[in-house]
Amino acid sequence: MGSEFTKLFELIISASLINNFVFTRFLGLCIFFGVSKKMETAVGMSITFTAVMMINASLSWLIFNYVMIPLDITFLKIIVFIGVVAGLVQASDTIMRKVAPGLYYKLGIYLALISTNCIILAVPLINAGEKYSFIQSLAFGLGSGLGFALALIIMASIREKLELADVPAPFKGLPMAFVITGLIALAFTGFSGLITL
Amino acid sequence: MAQHSTSTINYKELILNGIVKENTIFKLALSLCPAIAVTSGLKNGVLMGVAVLFVQVMVNATISLIRNFIHPKVRLPIFMLVISGWVTVTDLTMAAAVPDVYKQMGLYIQLIVAFASILARAEMFASKNKIAPSMADGIGMGIGFLFALTVISFFRELIGKGSLWGMPIVHAKPLLIMILPAGGFFAVGILMAFFNWIDMRYLKKSSVSSH
Repeated sequence: MGSEFTKLFELIISASLINNFVFTRFLGLCIFFGVSKKMETAVGMSITFTAVMMINASLSWLIFNYVMIPLDITFLKIIVFIGVVAGLVQASDTIMRKVAPGLYYKLGIYLALISTNCIILAVPLINAGEKYSFIQSLAFGLGSGLGFALALIIMASIREKLELADVPAPFKGLPMAFVITGLIALAFTGFSGLITL
Repeated sequence: MAQHSTSTINYKELILNGIVKENTIFKLALSLCPAIAVTSGLKNGVLMGVAVLFVQVMVNATISLIRNFIHPKVRLPIFMLVISGWVTVTDLTMAAAVPDVYKQMGLYIQLIVAFASILARAEMFASKNKIAPSMADGIGMGIGFLFALTVISFFRELIGKGSLWGMPIVHAKPLLIMILPAGGFFAVGILMAFFNWIDMRYLKKSSVSSH
């Protein structure tokens, strides 16, 4: 039991820090550059994202292992997973609007954005590829969500300051954001070797 | 987005539009994930670009063919279905044809599904136009993407490994940082700034992309 728990912890750490989706796997960049302009939107996005990620990871795992493997249709995984994401986002949109209108008003717009995010599709694909168990998939989803949240919040806090900086004209906006992301990514390479799985 | 439903369709302009004016990566800043993930070598970059080109053209053609049968309310799920179908075709083909490259970038091929640019072209262009202009639009967009990936991976492999397409060219100590993850961000950032600079200098456009 003890070693099992340690393994899960390692999985979360490695998904969030060492193999951070944004900085070492380069996924979810469109959203990353899109919502990291303001701290408030970054925090809202992070919360929504982590929650959807965990539900999505568990749901996809159940479908993959109890429906697709018995029926031998694993080659359809891309189509099925994107269907799961789209359905999940639509469902949580409707439920949130009815159950928690206040929360919906605050976080609703991020939900729509999430369905076009590649991380949300990559997590079930990686889970299926690595043959993780149910708990491991959940841990991987949580770790990736936290890693994305960390990246967004670091970036948002830097970009808020950047508004005041005097950047050369061609670099204004996105190009500068890319160079900064490169610098953060350089710092994150320091985490590699923290845990050897 | 101009409607090209009139009989005089300028194919050259359609294709050029995707390559220069609305270049997916440098101008619209969409579909950035593979632009950095697979461009550590020229071969990977070009193959990824070709895969996207193929998917984009086929998706545009398919959607343009069935555009009159799709009910507007369910069009997005149908587009997604068409896209993921063609991506699965590409994915399985590449896994069989180039297994060594596929091992490194298989995940990114599968993630072509989540490309905003492909869905956007299907929605904005192919669902309103006949098959020939739709395919021309797909070719333009795809070549624009291929061009961007080629440029990025050319510089990254040349500087980072001192080689091109796996062949050593420069016999000096390479600048390792360019093939590290961080280098990808630097390369894209600097190239974007370069294209902005050309815009400002020679096209006298003061509008700088700031999203």
